[in-house]
Amino acid sequence: MTVIITDKGFGPDTWTLGYEGDTALDLPSDTDPVQLSERIAAQVQMIRIAFPSFADGRGFTIARHLRLSGYKGHLRATGHLIADQYAMARRSGFDDVEISDELAARQPENQWLARANWQQNDYQARMRGGSPAAA
Amino acid sequence: MYKYNDFDTAFLAERNAQFRAQVERRIDGSLTEDEFKPLRLMNGLYLQLHAYMLRVAIPYGSLNSAQMNTLALLAEKWDKGYGHFTTRQNIQYNWPKLSDVPDMLDALAEVGMHAIQTSGNTIRNVTADHFAGAAADEIEDPRPIAELIRQWSTDHPEFQFMGRKFKIAVGGAAKDRAVLKAHDLAVRVVQNDAGETGYQILIGGGLGRTPMIGKVINDFVPRADLLPYIEAVVSVWNQIGRRDNKYKARIKITVHEHGIDDIRARVDARFALIRPTFLGADQELFSEIKAHFSAPKFRADSTTPYDTAYKADPVFRAWADTNLADHRVSDHAIVTISIKKHGATPGDASAEQMRVMATLAADYGYDELRISHEQNVILPHVHKSDLPAIHAKLKQHGLGTANIGLISDIIACPGMDYCALATARSIPVAEQIATRFDDLKLEHDIGHLQIKISGCINACGHHHVGHIGILGLDRAGVENYQITLGGDATWSAAVGERAGPGFAYDEIVPAVERIVDAYLSVRDTAEETFLETYRRVGMSPFKAALYPEAIKKVA
Ligand code: HEM
Ligand code: SF4
Repeated sequence: MTVIITDKGFGPDTWTLGYEGDTALDLPSDTDPVQLSERIAAQVQMIRIAFPSFADGRGFTIARHLRLSGYKGHLRATGHLIADQYAMARRSGFDDVEISDELAARQPENQWLARANWQQNDYQARMRGGSPAAA
Repeated sequence: MYKYNDFDTAFLAERNAQFRAQVERRIDGSLTEDEFKPLRLMNGLYLQLHAYMLRVAIPYGSLNSAQMNTLALLAEKWDKGYGHFTTRQNIQYNWPKLSDVPDMLDALAEVGMHAIQTSGNTIRNVTADHFAGAAADEIEDPRPIAELIRQWSTDHPEFQFMGRKFKIAVGGAAKDRAVLKAHDLAVRVVQNDAGETGYQILIGGGLGRTPMIGKVINDFVPRADLLPYIEAVVSVWNQIGRRDNKYKARIKITVHEHGIDDIRARVDARFALIRPTFLGADQELFSEIKAHFSAPKFRADSTTPYDTAYKADPVFRAWADTNLADHRVSDHAIVTISIKKHGATPGDASAEQMRVMATLAADYGYDELRISHEQNVILPHVHKSDLPAIHAKLKQHGLGTANIGLISDIIACPGMDYCALATARSIPVAEQIATRFDDLKLEHDIGHLQIKISGCINACGHHHVGHIGILGLDRAGVENYQITLGGDATWSAAVGERAGPGFAYDEIVPAVERIVDAYLSVRDTAEETFLETYRRVGMSPFKAALYPEAIKKVA
């Protein structure tokens, strides 16, 4: 099982349509977002991007590229992210983060909530007159 | 000089609090050692041979006396009384305790300093010309743009877990003093035909095991496009740069494998997406930043005390001839303080020396100091009449060495003495070369000659771009030193050529001496520098001097 993390803390998964149909995409971290643009049909409501390791930051670039290209649906980071990366994920355009129960036990909710203030102290927002990098 | 505003101060306080919590979470097991590692690295903390090492940023090499005094405080209170100035305008402390590091960071924050992104797979401390704001040949002070880049790159959400580190340097003068062509990305302030100021961008330079000279990706980026353009470059590389092999992860390899034209096309496309997110706030910020760097009110006074000392005192004269550079105001000078006393560790300064330099800056130097990539300290603005007093004070504290640009002004990495990756010693080699040529009393006659030494293939000591480069390797458990000749760290950058088989530890100093003897005998005039001579005559006379046996065998 997994835990979904938002600014409000831990919660259950509310996405019920799975990743098989044409409303959702499940992407590996080596996806080229440039090629992706063609695959994002109007009915796509959910894109989930894998973080095979917290050290693989390509997902942040993919997310940002999707947002800059106009994708307005849900964006989820899934896999091995650490609490310290929550602000980066949100600032890059992700709506939430999905981690394993095991990781959630090791890095409990309060460690993630500590980064729920991701809209503060953000040089990127300052450079762009208020909006986060992905706006 | 840049002064933190409320935003910067709040950011740094929050960041330091986060790091304090990360250290605690490492200790309570919430973070594994693997997970903690990039977090400590992006806060400047390495694990070294003997202990932790803290690398503190001196952004674009600029600091004031209060900041220098704080560096001294850190050395004294939490280290062994000294610090090491590095080739990337950082200072390293080799002996801090993990539990003290959050306190060290808080002490730095009090004077607007930090260790953020001095390490790890992030955009590193932005470096710049160490004569910025003072040089006679400057088009524009590169520091405001370097500060803007510092702020933009700090905690950039997309670029904290990249495939490898990313180093940016900025130059704004005719001469390149920032080794622009050895950086992942270099920004050079230029003017176009219409007289507008903008930026030439180079990418793909780097040293390490595959040295490469940076290539121009864009000849003129308008001022307002700079941040989105840099962001586009880093974003493209973060996505397509190799992650399968860390030795092939730097952008120089990406550029090499894809070709500069392919990268340029990708960057242009990414730029088109990113540019609209910059609505002008960055340019307003830039104007604010620029105001911080306005030049001090240079005082006018007679230069007689300088002229008198120059005539009367040969020691002062020798120092003035080597350690002063032209200031943009003619009755001022730029003073380079040598942190390369003969026989001492290049770049190491004691807390007491740091305080002396801070006091000199406060008393005579409009409160400004700079750190150079050549591991020396600079007083960028000094009225010439104050030079004799400054020199006298420096001499009392082992800081009066007259060797800037000379053979004993050596760049050397920490090597086997501190570094876990080292394959050979580098500091003692530097010390011995400096001592030897000091004994021979030859260095002023030899003139401009840069020796750069690295203790392993990672090339932290810039050996590839040394006029004489020395690379310490391990050959079956024995130190072996490879020599390269003809490297160049300036705008005419070149990677040195290997001279031939390496030399043992006790053979390397005599080998350097033979190279220098060969130079002295083949140079055209005393004015022809080592590098000029090498470019004229090539490798053969040096090879003959280095390997006389081989020549005999052929004969
Ligand atoms: C003692 C701890 C140090 C360690 C473990 C270390 C490690 C490394 C490594 C692994 C690289 C190669 C990076 C790559 O090719 O991707 C590198 C490059 C570099 N290091 Fe260090 N270093 C240390 C100290 C220093 C010091 C003291 C300096 C300055 C004097 C320095 C300056 C540099 C520079 C300028 C490069 C750039 C070469 C390039 O372009 O790749 N390092 N370092
Ligand atoms: S060149 Fe090698 S030995 Fe020297 S500091 Fe860098 S990693 Fe260490």
